[in-house]
Amino acid sequence: MTTSDLAKIIFGRLSLESIPYHEPILIGTFIGVAIGGIAVLGAITYFKWWGYLWKEWLTSVDHKRIGVMYIVLAIIMLLRGFSDALMMRAQQALSFGDNQGFLPAHHYDQVFTAHGVIMIFFVAMPLVIGLMNFVVPLQIGARDVAFPFLNNFSFWMTVSGVILTMLSLFIGEYARTGWLAYPPLSNLAYSPDVGVDYWIWGLQLSGIGTLLSGVNFVTTIVKMRAPGMTMMKLPVFTWTALVTNVLIVAAFPILTAVLAMLTVDRYLGFHFFTNTMGGNPMMYINLIWIWGHPEVYILILPAFGVFSEVVPTFTGKRLFGYTSMVYATVVIAILSYLVWLHHFFTMGSGASVNSFFGITTMIISIPTGAKIFNWLFTMYRGRIRYELPMMWTVAFMLTFVIGGMTGVMLAVPPADFVLHNSLFLIAHFHNVIIGGVLFGMFAGINYWFPKVFGFKLDRTWGVRSFWLWVIGFWFAFAPLYVLGLMGVTRRLRHFDDPTLHPFFIVAAFGALLIAGGIACMLMQFFVSIRDREKLKVGGDPWNGRSLEWSTTSPPPQYNFAFTPVVHDLDAWWDMKARGAEHPTSGYHAIHMPKNTATGVVLGVLATAFGFAMIWYMWWLAAISFVAMIGYAIFHTFNYDRDYYIPAEEVARTEGHRTPAVATQG
Amino acid sequence: MATQALLAGNGAPTFYVTEEEHHPEGGSTMLGFWIYLMSDCLIFAGLFATYGVLGHSYAGGPSGRDVFELPLVAVNTAMLLFSSITYGFAMLAMERGSKSQTLLWMAITWVFGAAFIGIEMHEFAGLIAEGHGPWTSGFLTAFFSLVGTHGLHVTSGLIWMIVLMVQTAQKGLIPANKRRLMCLSMFWHFLDVVWIGVFTFVYLMGVL
Repeated sequence: MTTSDLAKIIFGRLSLESIPYHEPILIGTFIGVAIGGIAVLGAITYFKWWGYLWKEWLTSVDHKRIGVMYIVLAIIMLLRGFSDALMMRAQQALSFGDNQGFLPAHHYDQVFTAHGVIMIFFVAMPLVIGLMNFVVPLQIGARDVAFPFLNNFSFWMTVSGVILTMLSLFIGEYARTGWLAYPPLSNLAYSPDVGVDYWIWGLQLSGIGTLLSGVNFVTTIVKMRAPGMTMMKLPVFTWTALVTNVLIVAAFPILTAVLAMLTVDRYLGFHFFTNTMGGNPMMYINLIWIWGHPEVYILILPAFGVFSEVVPTFTGKRLFGYTSMVYATVVIAILSYLVWLHHFFTMGSGASVNSFFGITTMIISIPTGAKIFNWLFTMYRGRIRYELPMMWTVAFMLTFVIGGMTGVMLAVPPADFVLHNSLFLIAHFHNVIIGGVLFGMFAGINYWFPKVFGFKLDRTWGVRSFWLWVIGFWFAFAPLYVLGLMGVTRRLRHFDDPTLHPFFIVAAFGALLIAGGIACMLMQFFVSIRDREKLKVGGDPWNGRSLEWSTTSPPPQYNFAFTPVVHDLDAWWDMKARGAEHPTSGYHAIHMPKNTATGVVLGVLATAFGFAMIWYMWWLAAISFVAMIGYAIFHTFNYDRDYYIPAEEVARTEGHRTPAVATQG
Repeated sequence: MATQALLAGNGAPTFYVTEEEHHPEGGSTMLGFWIYLMSDCLIFAGLFATYGVLGHSYAGGPSGRDVFELPLVAVNTAMLLFSSITYGFAMLAMERGSKSQTLLWMAITWVFGAAFIGIEMHEFAGLIAEGHGPWTSGFLTAFFSLVGTHGLHVTSGLIWMIVLMVQTAQKGLIPANKRRLMCLSMFWHFLDVVWIGVFTFVYLMGVL
């Protein structure tokens, strides 16, 4: 056996050639990331934070901590995904006529793929799941989710997916297929390198995490509501969380299945999606969108939930049309399974099929419109306080409605034949995802931040970030609508027609404004943490309506010393109105789950397994897979998983916190 | 929980539960596991749908009628159905609180399950040896994937069963173990139901 054979057995496809040291952009990025990483690790070591991080965060099964970790992960990945966006905007603004811009096609194609994947799977999803993690148990008066360990495990599976996706930047390359990796392009014949495999394993691992989160939250909301909280007294955010998680449970298995099919096509020479030998690429496109369309509602429904919390709080009124809001949410969820084909009207399904899916798509705008009117009627004659969450909500309403209307335009099959795959489509889905999901999550972060940490976010920097984001969004995407109507297709790297140039320059300017918005947002976090004493608040800073505001900020580990009893839809509002007294004695020992390192260990092993599969290191794949199963089994032999917080400790915690509950903002 | 009194003795509303309720540990596990099973069911739904689309894409290769050996599959089906019955007996023994009988019935179930996997592997090996591997055509790809995914599930069930037998032998029929045995029971019967679908739609309709 020669050394090269041996190297092939050990390293599979991985060689020094796989490191992109000839790409100055990547080397620069790597140096930046390395310096940043070393600085962070050094700081943690210097301040001796490792023990604290490990014990209190990484191994934590506390839904509040896990929620915060998801959101931190999302914000880090937002920086990565947005860097990709800036690169694309710069490339398209430069690359006209003789100028080829700065990104070669090989690199540019990876950038647009990574941008899409990261923004959906590793920014929007962790934001949504993180917010649900933090808020849902508090809103239903529970002490944790139904399966606290599973929750931690889900988080680490998401992190595995993130790590694999980030590794592709510096070891090998990422997919050049677009974010949904359509075959036959993603088949081995046309994408023989590791890019698509990074894509597959990154999504497969994080997808399993998401699926288990879905199981966890549905069970939590169904089984763990406080006494008196019937389904029609559920806060709307929790309702949307329930529906979203039902969608996750019903949609993500299809993603798992379709990714597995693509995997065996690529690894074992199967013929699910090949052009020849009886494979059918259209099958992939159907299946991926049967997951993909519900996925967009998985993202937007919790954002609708946030607005439904924010609007009543900041107008000081009960939500208008609670029942219709709930039914609208459920109807949207059902319809989301009946529209997937509108993603490929042009692929020859025929007039009848296209008409059916066009009509179902248009019908979705009815329950969505009902929601918008409900929020408007809630605001009507209310005393509106324009705090940051409310500002994001109003910006959402103005922005999202436009995105919704262009969506209805795209739902008309003949119009779609003209507009499909154009920048009009790109503008449309950014309009609903940024204007809907992202604005919603920003509203949510500004709204619940004081609950999470006990101090408000700085208003000045928040307002700056808000205006830069909102104005930047319109500068970046309004030109894309125009370009799309002019026939410019998506994913282009170079243009010949100079008349298009001004539009791309305006779009790039918009992206810079958004960059300013992100910078101001980071500044907002920094300033708020610095001035936390000044920004300190009590349990109920916004004069809130639902149960999360009835406990302290930050809530104690066990959330509620005494489980609240619910009599009204706005449970906490009702308690305040009727002068409910929180008991100050008679505390009980509280039953809580213990922290565990199993989630971290399984996450590390899963990452190793994914990496090994990507690079064909079969020995490592086998070892890490067996180790993963073995460790999971080992974990089940530990029956000692819970403990009691003694009543004295509860009394001590409540003793110096209870007065704060009564204090308002 | 819902039975919690919302009013105190004097008719005034209560706003806090002052008497700590005893929550049966793992009270949500069954529901959670059910939901997981339904999601797993959708993986099979995806595979069935794909089989429905690719099931006649022979690409010049053999069709179901050419390669399926119904007598072998009938024996195989019997193995899995028997294993479901014997797992049921294990559950009855568990309800009676008889650890040894529970373990005995589980061991019998395991043997039936292992026989099922053995026969399936024999069938697969035979097909591959005759040159009818999954890379032959869209039909065989979909066939191997659907049946193989079910087989992988049964295999994980067998590994899980060994773990639970060890844990039951060690700790006895404590509530935590009973809960786990119930989950495996649901998993096992679920796989049985999926197999009925496979047997009907793939094998029986394949040779019609």
